[in-house]
Amino acid sequence: MSQTFTIDGRVIPFEVGQTVMQAASQAGIYIPHLCYHPAFKPNGSCKLCTVKVNGRQSASCTLRAQSGMVVESDTEEINAERRMLTQMLFVEGNHFCPSCEKSGNCQLQATAYHLGMMSPHFDHFFPDRAVDASHPDILLDFNRCILCSLCVQASREVDKKQVFALSGRGIGTHLIINARSGRLADTDFSLADKAAQVCPVGVILKKRTGFAVPIGQRTYDQQPISVPGKVAEEIRHD
Amino acid sequence: MIEPRKKIKVATTSLAGCFGCHMSLLDIDQRLFTLLEHIEFDRSPLTDIKTCSPDCDIGIVEGGLCNTENIHVLREFRRNCKILIALGACAINGGLPAQRNHLPLAVLLEEVYHTSPGLANGMIPNDPELPLPLDRVHPIHEVVHVDYAIPGCPPSGDAIWKVLTDLLAGREPELGHGLLHYD
Ligand code: SF4
Ligand code: SF4
Ligand code: FES
Repeated sequence: MSQTFTIDGRVIPFEVGQTVMQAASQAGIYIPHLCYHPAFKPNGSCKLCTVKVNGRQSASCTLRAQSGMVVESDTEEINAERRMLTQMLFVEGNHFCPSCEKSGNCQLQATAYHLGMMSPHFDHFFPDRAVDASHPDILLDFNRCILCSLCVQASREVDKKQVFALSGRGIGTHLIINARSGRLADTDFSLADKAAQVCPVGVILKKRTGFAVPIGQRTYDQQPISVPGKVAEEIRHD
Repeated sequence: MIEPRKKIKVATTSLAGCFGCHMSLLDIDQRLFTLLEHIEFDRSPLTDIKTCSPDCDIGIVEGGLCNTENIHVLREFRRNCKILIALGACAINGGLPAQRNHLPLAVLLEEVYHTSPGLANGMIPNDPELPLPLDRVHPIHEVVHVDYAIPGCPPSGDAIWKVLTDLLAGREPELGHGLLHYD
Protein backbone atom coordinates (compact mmCIF):
# COMPACT_ATOMS: atom_id res chain seq x y z
CA MET A 1 0.00 0.00 0.00
CA SER A 2 1.43 3.34 -0.96
CA GLN A 3 1.76 6.09 1.61
CA THR A 4 0.75 9.70 1.26
CA PHE A 5 1.72 13.27 2.12
CA THR A 6 0.17 16.58 1.10
CA ILE A 7 1.33 19.40 -1.17
CA ASP A 8 -0.66 22.60 -0.77
CA GLY A 9 -3.45 20.51 0.69
CA ARG A 10 -3.50 17.93 -2.11
CA VAL A 11 -2.95 14.32 -1.13
CA ILE A 12 0.04 12.80 -2.98
CA PRO A 13 0.75 9.05 -2.94
CA PHE A 14 4.40 7.93 -2.99
CA GLU A 15 6.54 4.81 -2.93
CA VAL A 16 9.12 4.53 -0.17
CA GLY A 17 12.41 5.95 -1.46
CA GLN A 18 10.85 8.51 -3.76
CA THR A 19 11.69 12.17 -3.37
CA VAL A 20 9.05 14.86 -2.94
CA MET A 21 9.88 16.04 -6.49
CA GLN A 22 9.41 12.55 -7.95
CA ALA A 23 6.11 11.97 -6.21
CA ALA A 24 4.88 15.44 -7.15
CA SER A 25 5.70 15.11 -10.85
CA GLN A 26 4.15 11.64 -10.90
CA ALA A 27 0.98 13.25 -9.55
CA GLY A 28 1.15 15.94 -12.25
CA ILE A 29 2.17 18.71 -9.86
CA TYR A 30 4.79 21.11 -11.17
CA ILE A 31 7.45 22.25 -8.75
CA PRO A 32 9.80 24.78 -10.45
CA HIS A 33 13.25 23.24 -10.96
CA LEU A 34 16.33 23.72 -13.12
CA CYS A 35 19.04 21.28 -12.02
CA TYR A 36 16.74 18.30 -11.55
CA HIS A 37 16.37 15.82 -14.41
CA PRO A 38 14.50 12.53 -13.95
CA ALA A 39 17.31 10.53 -15.57
CA PHE A 40 19.98 11.67 -13.12
CA LYS A 41 20.73 11.63 -9.43
CA PRO A 42 19.60 14.98 -8.02
CA ASN A 43 22.48 17.31 -7.29
CA GLY A 44 20.46 19.95 -5.48
CA SER A 45 22.41 22.94 -6.76
CA CYS A 46 19.82 25.46 -8.01
CA LYS A 47 17.41 25.46 -5.05
CA LEU A 48 14.54 26.53 -7.32
CA CYS A 49 12.58 23.51 -6.13
CA THR A 50 12.64 24.68 -2.51
CA VAL A 51 9.44 23.91 -0.62
CA LYS A 52 8.41 24.34 2.99
CA VAL A 53 7.98 21.11 4.89
CA ASN A 54 6.50 21.19 8.35
CA GLY A 55 7.57 24.83 8.48
CA ARG A 56 11.17 24.34 7.27
CA GLN A 57 12.59 24.97 3.82
CA SER A 58 14.14 22.15 1.85
CA ALA A 59 15.03 21.26 -1.75
CA SER A 60 12.25 18.95 -2.94
CA CYS A 61 14.47 17.17 -5.47
CA THR A 62 16.70 15.75 -2.74
CA LEU A 63 14.15 15.39 0.06
CA ARG A 64 12.74 11.88 0.55
CA ALA A 65 8.98 11.79 0.88
CA GLN A 66 7.67 10.68 4.26
CA SER A 67 4.22 9.74 5.31
CA GLY A 68 2.16 12.61 6.65
CA MET A 69 4.50 15.40 5.49
CA VAL A 70 2.79 18.75 5.03
CA VAL A 71 4.45 20.43 2.03
CA GLU A 72 3.85 24.01 0.91
CA SER A 73 5.01 24.80 -2.60
CA ASP A 74 2.86 27.17 -4.63
CA THR A 75 2.65 29.95 -2.05
CA GLU A 76 3.42 33.64 -2.54
CA GLU A 77 6.21 33.45 0.05
CA ILE A 78 8.03 30.55 -1.60
CA ASN A 79 7.45 31.76 -5.14
CA ALA A 80 8.92 35.15 -4.19
CA GLU A 81 12.10 33.39 -3.07
CA ARG A 82 12.20 31.32 -6.24
CA ARG A 83 11.75 34.49 -8.27
CA MET A 84 14.71 36.06 -6.47
CA LEU A 85 16.84 33.00 -7.29
CA THR A 86 15.97 33.27 -10.99
CA GLN A 87 16.78 36.98 -10.90
CA MET A 88 20.20 36.15 -9.47
CA LEU A 89 20.78 33.57 -12.21
CA PHE A 90 19.91 36.16 -14.84
CA VAL A 91 22.32 38.83 -13.55
CA GLU A 92 25.18 36.40 -12.90
CA GLY A 93 25.35 35.40 -16.56
CA ASN A 94 24.79 37.24 -19.80
CA HIS A 95 21.21 36.40 -20.74
CA PHE A 96 20.29 38.36 -23.84
CA CYS A 97 17.20 36.32 -24.73
CA PRO A 98 16.34 38.17 -27.98
CA SER A 99 19.58 36.93 -29.54
CA CYS A 100 19.56 33.46 -27.95
CA GLU A 101 18.75 30.45 -30.11
CA LYS A 102 17.20 28.70 -27.12
CA SER A 103 14.69 31.45 -26.39
CA GLY A 104 11.22 29.98 -26.14
CA ASN A 105 12.67 26.52 -25.47
CA CYS A 106 14.66 27.59 -22.43
CA GLN A 107 13.79 26.30 -18.98
CA LEU A 108 15.32 29.24 -17.14
CA GLN A 109 13.26 31.68 -19.16
CA ALA A 110 10.07 29.62 -18.91
CA THR A 111 10.53 29.24 -15.16
CA ALA A 112 10.96 33.00 -14.86
CA TYR A 113 7.74 33.47 -16.85
CA HIS A 114 5.98 31.05 -14.54
CA LEU A 115 7.19 33.01 -11.52
CA GLY A 116 6.15 36.33 -13.07
CA MET A 117 9.68 37.75 -13.19
CA MET A 118 9.31 41.19 -14.82
CA SER A 119 12.94 42.29 -14.47
CA PRO A 120 16.21 40.92 -13.08
CA HIS A 121 16.09 43.57 -10.32
CA PHE A 122 19.73 43.23 -9.21
CA ASP A 123 22.80 44.90 -10.72
CA HIS A 124 24.15 42.96 -13.67
CA PHE A 125 27.56 41.30 -13.44
CA PHE A 126 28.09 41.27 -17.23
CA PRO A 127 30.81 38.62 -16.79
CA ASP A 128 33.41 38.10 -19.46
CA ARG A 129 32.95 34.57 -20.80
CA ALA A 130 34.31 33.37 -24.13
CA VAL A 131 32.31 31.32 -26.61
CA ASP A 132 33.74 28.01 -27.88
CA ALA A 133 32.83 27.46 -31.53
CA SER A 134 35.69 25.04 -32.21
CA HIS A 135 33.58 21.87 -32.56
CA PRO A 136 32.21 21.24 -36.06
CA ASP A 137 28.68 20.41 -34.88
CA ILE A 138 28.25 22.17 -31.56
CA LEU A 139 28.55 25.69 -30.23
CA LEU A 140 29.16 26.39 -26.56
CA ASP A 141 28.01 29.77 -25.27
CA PHE A 142 29.18 29.86 -21.67
CA ASN A 143 27.49 33.25 -21.15
CA ARG A 144 24.28 31.37 -20.38
CA CYS A 145 25.56 28.59 -18.14
CA ILE A 146 23.63 28.29 -14.87
CA LEU A 147 25.94 25.58 -13.48
CA CYS A 148 23.21 22.98 -13.16
CA SER A 149 25.84 20.28 -13.91
CA LEU A 150 23.42 18.19 -15.98
CA CYS A 151 25.91 18.04 -18.87
CA VAL A 152 28.59 16.90 -16.42
CA GLN A 153 26.34 14.09 -15.19
CA ALA A 154 25.13 13.09 -18.65
CA SER A 155 28.63 12.94 -20.09
CA ARG A 156 30.00 10.97 -17.15
CA GLU A 157 27.10 8.61 -16.47
CA VAL A 158 25.50 8.03 -19.88
CA ASP A 159 28.15 8.85 -22.46
CA LYS A 160 31.02 7.53 -20.29
CA LYS A 161 33.21 10.39 -21.53
CA GLN A 162 33.72 13.06 -18.85
CA VAL A 163 33.81 15.92 -21.34
CA PHE A 164 32.54 18.55 -18.86
CA ALA A 165 33.36 19.53 -15.29
CA LEU A 166 32.66 22.39 -12.93
CA SER A 167 35.75 24.17 -11.66
CA GLY A 168 36.38 26.96 -9.15
CA ARG A 169 34.39 27.95 -6.08
CA GLY A 170 31.56 30.28 -5.19
CA ILE A 171 31.05 33.05 -7.70
CA GLY A 172 34.19 31.83 -9.51
CA THR A 173 32.57 28.48 -10.38
CA HIS A 174 32.56 27.83 -14.10
CA LEU A 175 32.18 25.06 -16.63
CA ILE A 176 35.36 23.64 -18.12
CA ILE A 177 36.08 21.25 -20.97
CA ASN A 178 38.24 18.22 -20.35
CA ALA A 179 40.95 18.78 -22.96
CA ARG A 180 44.48 20.13 -22.61
CA SER A 181 43.51 23.04 -24.87
CA GLY A 182 40.21 23.55 -23.05
CA ARG A 183 38.42 23.42 -26.41
CA LEU A 184 35.49 21.18 -27.23
CA ALA A 185 37.00 20.28 -30.62
CA ASP A 186 39.83 18.50 -28.80
CA THR A 187 37.49 16.09 -26.98
CA ASP A 188 35.56 13.09 -28.29
CA PHE A 189 32.25 14.92 -27.78
CA SER A 190 29.61 14.14 -30.38
CA LEU A 191 26.18 15.37 -31.34
CA ALA A 192 24.76 11.96 -30.44
CA ASP A 193 25.86 12.30 -26.81
CA LYS A 194 23.24 12.58 -24.10
CA ALA A 195 25.18 15.60 -22.84
CA ALA A 196 24.39 17.38 -26.10
CA GLN A 197 20.70 17.34 -25.20
CA VAL A 198 20.34 18.03 -21.49
CA CYS A 199 21.26 21.70 -21.20
CA PRO A 200 18.18 23.53 -19.87
CA VAL A 201 19.46 26.85 -21.24
CA GLY A 202 21.23 27.95 -24.41
CA VAL A 203 24.82 26.84 -23.74
CA ILE A 204 25.15 23.58 -25.70
CA LEU A 205 23.70 24.36 -29.10
CA LYS A 206 23.54 22.29 -32.26
CA LYS A 207 25.04 24.29 -35.11
CA ARG A 208 23.12 25.24 -38.27
CA THR A 209 19.68 24.66 -36.73
CA GLY A 210 19.13 27.92 -34.85
CA PHE A 211 15.86 29.72 -35.50
CA ALA A 212 14.50 26.84 -37.64
CA VAL A 213 11.37 27.23 -35.54
CA PRO A 214 10.59 30.95 -35.35
CA ILE A 215 10.44 32.77 -32.03
CA GLY A 216 6.80 32.88 -30.96
CA GLN A 217 6.09 29.28 -32.03
CA ARG A 218 8.40 27.48 -29.63
CA THR A 219 7.68 25.12 -26.75
CA TYR A 220 7.01 27.65 -24.04
CA ASP A 221 5.54 30.23 -26.38
CA GLN A 222 2.69 27.79 -26.79
CA GLN A 223 2.24 26.45 -23.30
CA PRO A 224 3.72 27.39 -19.96
CA ILE A 225 6.29 25.15 -18.32
CA SER A 226 3.84 24.28 -15.54
CA VAL A 227 1.69 22.25 -17.95
CA PRO A 228 2.47 18.54 -17.29
CA GLY A 229 4.88 17.20 -19.89
CA LYS A 230 6.12 20.64 -20.86
CA VAL A 231 9.41 20.50 -19.00
CA ALA A 232 12.08 20.63 -21.69
CA GLU A 233 13.98 17.56 -20.51
CA GLU A 234 11.20 15.49 -22.05
CA ILE A 235 11.24 17.48 -25.30
CA ARG A 236 13.73 17.24 -28.13
CA HIS A 237 14.46 20.55 -29.76
CA ASP A 238 16.26 19.39 -32.88
CA MET B 1 -21.29 71.81 -15.55
CA ILE B 2 -19.27 68.64 -15.21
CA GLU B 3 -15.52 69.31 -15.05
CA PRO B 4 -13.70 67.31 -17.71
CA ARG B 5 -11.57 64.71 -15.93
CA LYS B 6 -7.89 65.55 -15.80
CA LYS B 7 -5.92 63.45 -18.24
CA ILE B 8 -2.96 61.32 -17.13
CA LYS B 9 0.27 62.85 -18.41
CA VAL B 10 2.61 60.35 -20.05
CA ALA B 11 6.19 61.10 -21.10
CA THR B 12 8.24 58.68 -23.21
CA THR B 13 11.82 58.56 -24.42
CA SER B 14 14.27 56.29 -26.18
CA LEU B 15 17.78 56.15 -24.67
CA ALA B 16 20.13 53.46 -26.02
CA GLY B 17 17.32 51.73 -27.87
CA CYS B 18 16.28 51.26 -31.48
CA PHE B 19 12.77 52.77 -31.22
CA GLY B 20 11.29 49.30 -31.65
CA CYS B 21 9.49 49.68 -28.31
CA HIS B 22 7.98 52.97 -29.47
CA MET B 23 6.87 51.18 -32.65
CA SER B 24 5.12 48.64 -30.41
CA LEU B 25 3.43 51.51 -28.62
CA LEU B 26 1.97 52.44 -32.01
CA ASP B 27 0.96 48.78 -32.44
CA ILE B 28 -1.74 49.46 -29.86
CA ASP B 29 -3.48 50.53 -33.09
CA GLN B 30 -7.00 51.94 -32.88
CA ARG B 31 -7.03 51.39 -29.11
CA LEU B 32 -4.70 54.42 -29.05
CA PHE B 33 -7.85 56.53 -29.49
CA THR B 34 -9.35 54.94 -26.37
CA LEU B 35 -6.06 55.55 -24.58
CA LEU B 36 -6.02 59.18 -25.67
CA GLU B 37 -9.34 59.73 -23.94
CA HIS B 38 -7.48 59.09 -20.69
CA ILE B 39 -3.92 60.20 -21.32
CA GLU B 40 -2.02 63.00 -23.00
CA PHE B 41 1.57 62.78 -24.16
CA ASP B 42 4.12 65.12 -22.64
CA ARG B 43 7.80 64.89 -23.59
CA SER B 44 7.98 62.16 -26.22
CA PRO B 45 9.34 61.54 -29.71
CA LEU B 46 5.64 61.48 -30.64
CA THR B 47 5.19 65.13 -29.59
CA ASP B 48 8.75 66.37 -30.06
CA ILE B 49 8.57 68.20 -26.71
CA LYS B 50 12.18 68.35 -25.48
CA THR B 51 11.84 68.32 -21.68
CA CYS B 52 9.41 66.72 -19.19
CA SER B 53 6.80 68.82 -17.43
CA PRO B 54 7.29 68.59 -13.69
CA ASP B 55 3.88 66.93 -13.17
CA CYS B 56 4.05 63.84 -15.38
CA ASP B 57 2.20 60.84 -14.04
CA ILE B 58 3.87 58.09 -16.04
CA GLY B 59 7.31 58.02 -17.65
CA ILE B 60 8.04 55.27 -20.15
CA VAL B 61 11.71 54.66 -20.92
CA GLU B 62 12.96 52.57 -23.82
CA GLY B 63 16.66 51.68 -24.07
CA GLY B 64 19.55 51.39 -21.66
CA LEU B 65 22.31 53.81 -20.75
CA CYS B 66 25.26 54.03 -23.11
CA ASN B 67 26.33 57.66 -22.69
CA THR B 68 26.15 60.62 -20.28
CA GLU B 69 23.21 62.19 -22.14
CA ASN B 70 21.17 59.01 -21.50
CA ILE B 71 21.81 59.34 -17.76
CA HIS B 72 20.85 63.00 -17.83
CA VAL B 73 17.55 62.28 -19.59
CA LEU B 74 16.79 59.32 -17.33
CA ARG B 75 17.30 61.43 -14.20
CA GLU B 76 15.00 64.09 -15.67
CA PHE B 77 12.33 61.43 -16.16
CA ARG B 78 12.70 60.12 -12.64
CA ARG B 79 12.46 63.64 -11.19
CA ASN B 80 9.33 64.54 -13.12
CA CYS B 81 7.34 61.30 -13.33
CA LYS B 82 5.45 59.69 -10.48
CA ILE B 83 5.62 56.23 -12.03
CA LEU B 84 8.59 55.10 -14.11
CA ILE B 85 8.25 52.15 -16.48
CA ALA B 86 11.21 50.36 -18.09
CA LEU B 87 9.99 49.36 -21.53
CA GLY B 88 11.75 46.52 -23.32
CA ALA B 89 14.89 44.41 -23.00
CA CYS B 90 17.41 47.26 -23.40
CA ALA B 91 15.94 49.32 -20.55
CA ILE B 92 15.66 46.19 -18.41
CA ASN B 93 19.03 44.47 -18.97
CA GLY B 94 20.93 46.58 -21.47
CA GLY B 95 19.76 44.38 -24.35
CA LEU B 96 21.67 44.20 -27.59
CA PRO B 97 23.83 47.31 -26.92
CA ALA B 98 25.09 45.72 -23.68
CA GLN B 99 26.67 42.93 -25.67
CA ARG B 100 29.58 45.32 -26.14
CA ASN B 101 30.22 45.25 -22.39
CA HIS B 102 33.08 42.78 -22.43
CA LEU B 103 34.97 44.78 -25.07
CA PRO B 104 37.09 47.76 -23.97
CA LEU B 105 35.62 51.04 -25.20
CA ALA B 106 38.92 52.09 -26.81
CA VAL B 107 38.93 48.91 -28.93
CA LEU B 108 35.36 49.62 -30.07
CA LEU B 109 36.12 53.21 -31.04
CA GLU B 110 39.26 52.10 -32.88
CA GLU B 111 37.30 49.45 -34.73
CA VAL B 112 34.50 51.81 -35.73
CA TYR B 113 36.53 54.88 -36.66
CA HIS B 114 40.03 53.62 -37.54
CA THR B 115 40.20 50.07 -38.77
CA SER B 116 36.85 49.45 -40.46
CA PRO B 117 37.20 49.15 -44.23
CA GLY B 118 37.02 52.58 -45.85
CA LEU B 119 37.59 54.36 -42.58
CA ALA B 120 41.41 54.21 -42.31
CA ASN B 121 42.66 57.54 -40.95
CA GLY B 122 39.17 58.32 -39.66
CA MET B 123 39.02 60.47 -36.55
CA ILE B 124 37.37 59.44 -33.31
CA PRO B 125 34.77 62.22 -32.92
CA ASN B 126 35.68 64.51 -30.04
CA ASP B 127 33.34 67.48 -30.41
CA PRO B 128 32.50 68.79 -26.91
CA GLU B 129 28.82 68.77 -27.94
CA LEU B 130 28.85 64.98 -28.14
CA PRO B 131 27.85 63.04 -25.02
CA LEU B 132 30.65 60.88 -23.62
CA PRO B 133 30.14 57.16 -24.11
CA LEU B 134 30.08 55.04 -20.94
CA ASP B 135 32.56 52.19 -20.68
CA ARG B 136 29.64 49.79 -20.24
CA VAL B 137 25.97 49.85 -21.17
CA HIS B 138 23.73 49.71 -18.11
CA PRO B 139 20.07 48.87 -17.57
CA ILE B 140 18.17 51.85 -16.19
CA HIS B 141 17.37 50.34 -12.77
CA GLU B 142 21.08 50.51 -11.95
CA VAL B 143 20.84 54.31 -11.90
CA VAL B 144 17.30 55.24 -10.83
CA HIS B 145 14.42 53.51 -9.10
CA VAL B 146 12.10 51.84 -11.61
CA ASP B 147 8.50 51.06 -10.66
CA TYR B 148 7.45 48.64 -13.40
CA ALA B 149 9.05 46.73 -16.24
CA ILE B 150 7.51 45.49 -19.48
CA PRO B 151 9.92 42.92 -20.91
CA GLY B 152 10.27 41.91 -24.55
CA CYS B 153 12.36 42.83 -27.56
CA PRO B 154 10.14 44.61 -28.20
CA PRO B 155 7.16 43.99 -25.91
CA SER B 156 3.98 43.58 -27.94
CA GLY B 157 1.47 46.39 -28.29
CA ASP B 158 -0.90 44.14 -26.35
CA ALA B 159 1.52 43.90 -23.42
CA ILE B 160 1.96 47.68 -23.30
CA TRP B 161 -1.81 48.15 -23.56
CA LYS B 162 -2.36 45.69 -20.71
CA VAL B 163 0.08 47.43 -18.36
CA LEU B 164 -1.20 50.92 -19.15
CA THR B 165 -4.87 49.96 -18.81
CA ASP B 166 -4.12 48.11 -15.56
CA LEU B 167 -2.44 51.23 -14.20
CA LEU B 168 -5.26 53.50 -15.38
CA ALA B 169 -7.77 51.23 -13.66
CA GLY B 170 -5.75 51.31 -10.45
CA ARG B 171 -4.77 47.63 -10.71
CA GLU B 172 -1.28 46.17 -10.14
CA PRO B 173 -0.11 45.52 -13.73
CA GLU B 174 0.25 41.86 -14.59
CA LEU B 175 1.31 40.06 -17.77
CA GLY B 176 0.15 36.47 -18.10
CA HIS B 177 1.37 33.70 -20.38
CA GLY B 178 1.91 34.89 -23.95
CA LEU B 179 2.20 38.55 -23.00
CA LEU B 180 5.19 38.01 -20.72
CA HIS B 181 8.20 37.21 -22.86
CA TYR B 182 11.83 38.31 -22.97
CA ASP B 183 12.44 37.94 -26.72
S1 SF4 C 1 19.60 30.71 -22.02
FE1 SF4 C 1 17.43 31.14 -21.73
S2 SF4 C 1 17.40 32.83 -20.28
FE2 SF4 C 1 19.48 32.72 -21.12
S3 SF4 C 1 19.50 34.07 -22.90
FE3 SF4 C 1 18.97 32.07 -23.64
S4 SF4 C 1 16.73 32.04 -23.62
FE4 SF4 C 1 17.35 33.71 -22.34
S1 SF4 D 1 26.28 23.92 -19.90
FE1 SF4 D 1 24.07 23.74 -19.62
S2 SF4 D 1 23.85 21.65 -18.77
FE2 SF4 D 1 25.98 22.22 -18.51
S3 SF4 D 1 26.14 23.09 -16.46
FE3 SF4 D 1 25.83 24.80 -17.88
S4 SF4 D 1 23.63 25.10 -17.90
FE4 SF4 D 1 23.96 23.09 -17.03
S1 FES E 1 15.90 21.28 -8.87
FE1 FES E 1 16.15 20.91 -6.77
S2 FES E 1 17.88 22.09 -6.28
FE2 FES E 1 17.71 22.36 -8.45
